[in-house]
Amino acid sequence: MGEKAPGWKEIPIGGVIVHPGNSFEYNTGDWRSERPVLDKEKCINCLQCWIFCPDGAVLVEDEKMAGYDYEHCKGCGICAHVCPVNAIEMIPEDDISGVSIDEFGIKEPPPEI
Amino acid sequence: MSKMHALTGNEAAAYAMKQIDPDVVPAYPITPQTELMQTFAQYVADGAVQTEMILVESEHSAMSAGVGASAAGARVMIATSANGLALMWEIVYITASSRLPIVMAVVNRALSGPINIHCDHSDSMGCRDAGWIQIYSENCQEVYDNMVQALRISEHKDVLLPVMSTHDGFIISHTVERVDALKDEEVKKFVGEYKSLYPLLDVSKPVTYGPLDLQDYYFEHKKQQAEAMKIAKRVILEVGEEYGKLSGRSYGLFDEYQTEDAEYIIIALGSTAGTAKAAVDDMRAMGKKVGVIKLRVFRPFPAPELVQALSNAKAVAVLDRSEGFSGIGGPLFQEVRSALYRKADMPVSGYVYGLGGRDITPEMIAGVFGDLKEGRIHEDEAFHLGVRE
Repeated sequence: MGEKAPGWKEIPIGGVIVHPGNSFEYNTGDWRSERPVLDKEKCINCLQCWIFCPDGAVLVEDEKMAGYDYEHCKGCGICAHVCPVNAIEMIPEDDISGVSIDEFGIKEPPPEI
Repeated sequence: MSKMHALTGNEAAAYAMKQIDPDVVPAYPITPQTELMQTFAQYVADGAVQTEMILVESEHSAMSAGVGASAAGARVMIATSANGLALMWEIVYITASSRLPIVMAVVNRALSGPINIHCDHSDSMGCRDAGWIQIYSENCQEVYDNMVQALRISEHKDVLLPVMSTHDGFIISHTVERVDALKDEEVKKFVGEYKSLYPLLDVSKPVTYGPLDLQDYYFEHKKQQAEAMKIAKRVILEVGEEYGKLSGRSYGLFDEYQTEDAEYIIIALGSTAGTAKAAVDDMRAMGKKVGVIKLRVFRPFPAPELVQALSNAKAVAVLDRSEGFSGIGGPLFQEVRSALYRKADMPVSGYVYGLGGRDITPEMIAGVFGDLKEGRIHEDEAFHLGVRE
């Protein structure tokens, strides 16, 4: 938290959360040491990853797997573990610059030569 | 108008609870608290209260059930002793930090081991830093009065901290004394209705209790607790005065007995203050200028008020009914000496006494006054009063 975080007089007592759903404002993505990336070619859109993700970080559009919310994905790897077709790979954050993915973690197809 | 009863300390606490009629009372028995809950359970069985009494499988569960019920919006009262309090430990802190105004009768008993069921203050002193207000009672009348006042203090909107109202195991808990009780409707009016700030059961305003609170907010929540504890001192005085108007018995942070011109003063908690008053009466009859301060409120600690009360004394002795094992004196001694630091220049002498229910007599207290007069001051380590060499 930066300098803008509220002081002790401004927050509810007892650690009570009075605004439901405010966990969305709390970015847990920087806890991650490994990042899930999706190979769309292998994915069968069974959405097991979406069901099992403990942080609601798997994005779904039109009932299809649409990548990751990296601001909240903690990198636990459950999605990769449950994927029945091994379409999800966990890549160390240190090595991520060597992987070609879009902002949602979907692998870009290799350029055609 | 009050009604006179003959009650044990435990019955006095249970009678106050009956008149308060709390929403939820979770219970698990432990000596010497058992009789208190047994008496209250009879009120429940007789339909004298509307309370939901929850019989749980341990004290950890009792305190946890209390937290759940209080967060839901219920008025919760509970009671325990010694090892039961120790088993509650984790939830004792969570109650205070969740700002749940639960009132708990702690019937003081030595904490094991070796196992002992008799009185000392090692149980409640052990959790003096848990964030609970602590009020100590001298006799059965005070047990009743303090239980009634504790709710008002705890539930005050500027406080919202849990309160331990303690009384000495067996010495008070199982001794029958005269107790003047208020009428049921007077108590009902005095404690009023409890309205929770964030009731979980109000589904139109959903809230979360007990979320993860890390480096970025935990410190702010501790600061809030510390400030509420400071405010509690003011509220305790206001409630004590209002209670005095109602009952004829007003209460402060501590009680001064023959201290006005006293050269030597003893500070003690609980039933020992009564013994010390008897010793003071005997010594006053012989022309000795001695007095007693009975500390009623240990948390928050009334430091400046005590300094003021002690300002004319030549020397002070502090009687601790728990060891503390610091090597330099018991917990009450350390607080008193710390309060006096750079405020008054007088010897402060520390005594540890009465562990595991060992008797303390007026003669022993007269001996402490003798030590003060003769300049035998135990300021580097506590003197163990009444132990066999």
